[in-house]
Amino acid sequence: MPKRTDIQKILVIGSGPIVIGQAAEFDYSGTQACQALREEGYTVVLANSNPATIMTDHTVADIVYMEPLTVEFLSKIIRKEQPDALLPTLGGQTGLNLAVALDNSGILKEFGVELLGTSLEAIQQAEDREQFRDLMHQLGEPVPESQIVTTVEQAVAFSEEIGFPLIVRPAYTLGGTGGGMCYDLEELKTITRNGLTLSPVTQCLIERNIAGFKEIEYEVMRDKNDQAIVVCNMENVDPVGIHTGDSIVVAPSQTLSDREYQLLRNASIKIIKALKIEGGCNVQLALDPHSFNYYIIEVNPRVSRSSALASKATGYPIAKMAAKIAVGLTLDEIKNPVTGTTYAYFEPALDYVVAKLPRFPFDKFVSGNRKLGTQMKATGEVMAIGRNIEEALLKGVRSLDNKANGLASLRLDQMTDDEMEHRLVKADDERLFILAEAFRRGNSVEQLHELTKIDRFFLWKIEALIEMETALQEQPWELKLLKEAKQKGFSDREIAHWWDTKEDKVYQFRMENQLAPVYKMVDTCAAEFESQTPYFYSTYEEENESIVSDKEKVIVLGSGPIRIGQGIEFDYATVHSVLAIREAGYEAIIINSNPETVSTDFSVSDKLYFEPLTLEDVMHVVNLENPLGVIVQFGGQTAINLAEGLERRGVKVLGTSLQAIDAAEDRNKFEKLLDELKVAKPEGASITKLEDAAETAAKIGYPVLVRPSYVIGGSNMEIVYNEAELHHYMEKRVHVRHDHPVLIDQYLTGIEVEVDAISDGETTIIPGIMEHIERAGVHSGDSIAVYPTQTITEECRQQCIEATMQIAKALGVKGLINIQFVIHKGKAYVLEVNPRASRTIPFLSKITHVTMANIATKAILGQKLADMGYVSGLLPEPEDVFVKVPVFSFEKLRSVDTLLGPEMKSTGEAIGHDRTLEKALYKGLLASGLSVPQEGAILLTVADKDKAEAMEIAKLFYALGFQLYATEGTSAAVEDAGLPVTTVGKVGSAEQNVISIIENGDVQFVVNTLTSGKQPRSDGFLIRREAVEHGLACLTSLDTAKAIASIIESMTFTAKPVVAGGVLS
Amino acid sequence: MKKRQLILEDGTVFNGTAFGSDQATTGEIVFNTGMTGYQEILSDPSYCGQIVTLTYPLIGNYGINSDDFESIQPSIQALVVKEASAAPSNFRKQHTIDSFLKFHEIPGIEGIDTRKLTKIIRKQGAMKARLTEATETVETGASWEAISLPNDQVQRMSTAKPYVVPGRGKRIVVMDFGMKHGILRELAARDCHITVVPWHYSPEQILHLNPDGVMLTNGPGDPKDVETATKTIRELISQVPIFGICLGHQLIALAAGANTEKLKFGHRGSNHPVKDLATGKTYLTSQNHGYTVTKESLSSTDLELTQVALNDGTVEGLQHKKYPVMSVQYHPEAAPGPEDTRHLFDEFLDMTQQTTQPSSKGEATYA
Repeated sequence: MPKRTDIQKILVIGSGPIVIGQAAEFDYSGTQACQALREEGYTVVLANSNPATIMTDHTVADIVYMEPLTVEFLSKIIRKEQPDALLPTLGGQTGLNLAVALDNSGILKEFGVELLGTSLEAIQQAEDREQFRDLMHQLGEPVPESQIVTTVEQAVAFSEEIGFPLIVRPAYTLGGTGGGMCYDLEELKTITRNGLTLSPVTQCLIERNIAGFKEIEYEVMRDKNDQAIVVCNMENVDPVGIHTGDSIVVAPSQTLSDREYQLLRNASIKIIKALKIEGGCNVQLALDPHSFNYYIIEVNPRVSRSSALASKATGYPIAKMAAKIAVGLTLDEIKNPVTGTTYAYFEPALDYVVAKLPRFPFDKFVSGNRKLGTQMKATGEVMAIGRNIEEALLKGVRSLDNKANGLASLRLDQMTDDEMEHRLVKADDERLFILAEAFRRGNSVEQLHELTKIDRFFLWKIEALIEMETALQEQPWELKLLKEAKQKGFSDREIAHWWDTKEDKVYQFRMENQLAPVYKMVDTCAAEFESQTPYFYSTYEEENESIVSDKEKVIVLGSGPIRIGQGIEFDYATVHSVLAIREAGYEAIIINSNPETVSTDFSVSDKLYFEPLTLEDVMHVVNLENPLGVIVQFGGQTAINLAEGLERRGVKVLGTSLQAIDAAEDRNKFEKLLDELKVAKPEGASITKLEDAAETAAKIGYPVLVRPSYVIGGSNMEIVYNEAELHHYMEKRVHVRHDHPVLIDQYLTGIEVEVDAISDGETTIIPGIMEHIERAGVHSGDSIAVYPTQTITEECRQQCIEATMQIAKALGVKGLINIQFVIHKGKAYVLEVNPRASRTIPFLSKITHVTMANIATKAILGQKLADMGYVSGLLPEPEDVFVKVPVFSFEKLRSVDTLLGPEMKSTGEAIGHDRTLEKALYKGLLASGLSVPQEGAILLTVADKDKAEAMEIAKLFYALGFQLYATEGTSAAVEDAGLPVTTVGKVGSAEQNVISIIENGDVQFVVNTLTSGKQPRSDGFLIRREAVEHGLACLTSLDTAKAIASIIESMTFTAKPVVAGGVLS
Repeated sequence: MKKRQLILEDGTVFNGTAFGSDQATTGEIVFNTGMTGYQEILSDPSYCGQIVTLTYPLIGNYGINSDDFESIQPSIQALVVKEASAAPSNFRKQHTIDSFLKFHEIPGIEGIDTRKLTKIIRKQGAMKARLTEATETVETGASWEAISLPNDQVQRMSTAKPYVVPGRGKRIVVMDFGMKHGILRELAARDCHITVVPWHYSPEQILHLNPDGVMLTNGPGDPKDVETATKTIRELISQVPIFGICLGHQLIALAAGANTEKLKFGHRGSNHPVKDLATGKTYLTSQNHGYTVTKESLSSTDLELTQVALNDGTVEGLQHKKYPVMSVQYHPEAAPGPEDTRHLFDEFLDMTQQTTQPSSKGEATYA
């Protein structure tokens, strides 16, 4: 059936900022969908508030709005653009919820905007627990016994009826936010209370716990002719009970016989047909491992994280097909883009195994609650492809880039048996490594199956890997065994560990013996049809299918899994680099391991190698392709970290030289450089011996900033105010090594400024200077960045510009460079130089219309900026104001302190822009998910050192009509400042206290600053967590609080008496 | 672990590891792309005489159970896989694939690049192959010409004697050419009274059973090897409603005067889309056939093309213009594969209804 001609303009809603549970996969699916719609000749209007995405790029949609994803702003867009239709199924839960809200508001009807893909009725049937259960009953599809509750009492009553264990699932929340498993009454009460708060409709489902069942997912597609197919099914290694986003998932299912496979396939197809979805749908099922009994767990009537994974796992582009189906095309008339000869109406046949591993943020949130349950905690994921499970698993493990050396993870050998058993029963983020350790300690498959309920099939595979470890130890340099180990996915590094040698030695030994992998194609059809897809994975077999062309080639390294500090921004840069390479006439090759991204869409590059980003795996591709060189500067720290090894093995690193990277990252070389250039920097030193720390710090003068060198997103960075704190810090980080020293710097207070520049070593252009709202000390990724600068003097700006150009030239930068400054007492000091793409590249590129990654790539490839018409210096700035607001996922991460500091905590970002700073900030905050109430009350509880400054904020809010609440100490200061204040008790005090007023909704904002040190269970911590869990803005930086006050001020009118107390004011 | 090699007619040699029975063997090598259902494939009589390569690399993960057989005796010649699971896991598992094949004296080879092999078959077409000791070389082995592939598979696979699967519904005579149990399962589920007869049963013998309908089953090999059956069917077409599946479909075509030909490498898998020309709807089907009905040959017959393979346009479904006769090239009984076309069994039974109980207008026509 041909596509529809009665619609012309289609509004697509994106998913907004990256949060846990809704990450880059929606950039991938959104981008694909927009491109597919344009391919069919429709005009695409895109609304998304996330500036870091490819989706919001000028190349993807015809008209792009980066406004907050709220009914208010979407209505404005609809009024202005008057689209014929709205496609809501590609923007995750956010897009779906917004579509429902827009419909409720009546705007869709008013402007005759038709909903494509999934009807509102279907959305509600799938999302509303009660309607969903009714539908399943009608279809005769089993669902676990459950009850919908709106109060904690109802939950308790239900538990009395059917007993424990139970699962709480709040309605309409992202990634299962607020849900959880409960084994007793107390847990049930806590989780239900929290879930009810988080659910926008104050509704939770209390359900019988079917933990231990196999968790299986089906990705289904249906078109308007009621034709439906399954693109892929997937099996979670962990049984039901752990969120699928946090589970290791394999595709296709491994332990299902054809009967079980078809049983669940039939159910999934029946459901998508009943919902009449036109597009993609995800069905999650639980299958009893001891019978054919199964339950439907959940249905997502839209493109989901799993569909992105399924697309990459099979090569079948679900989102693209879903978009085409939404405009009326049918599966039997759309060509399969992979083969080019067959049709989209088929079910991909895999001849490999795919493993998806979650990437957790607990390397950053050391004190976070790492226990896994129904609430997703992973920030990203990696995918690996192999010809057997072991290979896929181990490739996945090394793709995580988490310091683990294969399954031989650090530290776990210290764990006691009791602790191990406990952690096997209550899964956490290190599950796979703990299982490996358990086998090493001689546990049997049966024992571990008993403890974990993980299917024996997977346990046997892990056990076999541990047996291989032992064999490797016993027979070093044994070629036959080495070959087996490589076939099972062991890395050189891990083998070197068991052979007690160096990675390079193992690599040499292999090369001497011609033991190298071949590349196989991902072709959707198990080689049944000839395909041209340039999508490959490595394996140790006979035939290599990756044909090397005679074109000149450039390899671009991606950034691996999304994690805090290394997000989707780097994918944006990677994709643009690839486009620039292709424009310049070279063959562009990508290596990356992240299934959620646009860069791993095989249609982006000339060739995609879906491989771990390790020296070994990259070298294999280099050896085959023999490129001009490798570009590392767009793949974040992950790619930069490979530069040294690549050079060591004789590979040319294109762009900024390794020496320059080292000069920027090595403390001593860096200081020497700045001294030579006479560029100011905070005083500091790098130490390699713990004993030197105190002396160095004393010499510099407290407060000082301490951190290890070579870090991502400021991990383990702290401001310490005295020697005791310094000792505390150093104790926690005993693994100071000579090649990775600890840096101690003077902590200068002041405004932080960030500059991104492009250089070819001669000409340096600066598309923008940004100023941070939060003073230096808050990680730049967690600060609100403003462009152009608003408060710093022209003189300071010039200092920054000068310093940037000098440093770029001195380092011989070819490509991008990011420099952070602090403006302290009218002078710019260099804080940090990153000779690579930074987090702000997409933000700046989009607002300045300078495609930075593209220009930088051309500079890397040897073109001169001068020849492109650029002159050194700052490019012209616009009149409007743009802000980049960080977005956190604190409500997903229990026990993580929300306090902002030098260590990055945000998972994503939103943009706000308008004529004035206040308006831009308002939109930015709104887009980031914070509401800015214009009246109400504010709770102040600040450290002594901040009291004076906090009083300004108190005055501002008081003037705006806010009531003031404060804890004792702060309250006294407020009274001294002559303002009326209500004193509230400390945490735990009986009367009205800080926690109770948050719980009761008495206050709208909380301003809380940290006394000092890191005491995770302090009162401050409880206050901050309480605020997060009740959806309140908790401002831990006084600068943010001031900014919010000025927003409210600009939007409201103050009531100010002309006469107060009989005196003219 | 014992070494074993697979030698193809084109000279390609794959070195792997032995599993299953120890004996050497020869046969036609084909591949199947299904990701589940190896037990059904192993026991599907249509594979008689063939060395089957499974493209999914991990085979045997859920073991062999006592339920999912498509025949009592597996009849594949040999099995080729990337990895045969030594430690299967599933609540119904009874054997490993290795012990099962040993019991039935079927050899297997694992540890070879099955994707490379599949691509060779795709490019060169299905060909002769042999599974041998690691010591044998291309030269020392018997010449390929000396190896003749069998042409009596139907005879070998068909039941020797008729038998009954009793039911209270329609009387269906099943002509067994190497039947999958799935066909019986579907008919029995519809309460048919089933009489399974050998492939060479005469028209008289069949009609003597007074069937409401005749089911022609799947089976191995070239349809032109079973001329006796073709003649039988030619006589039955005008006398009784017929439903043919796979080989049965090809035999109907031959009986009606159409031709069949060999496909380069066949259709074997669980993901083949087929378009119904009347409704415009496409279905996902389970397929296993090396031969196909020649589309052009239909014009001179009373057969009407009802369904085609979406990808290569080959004949997938036929219907007689005058008589209640229909057939499909694929497997509506699934096992393994999608069950999306099981309704065809209902349509077949409806078809028999129409003949035995003429409509109120007094006559049944099938034009």
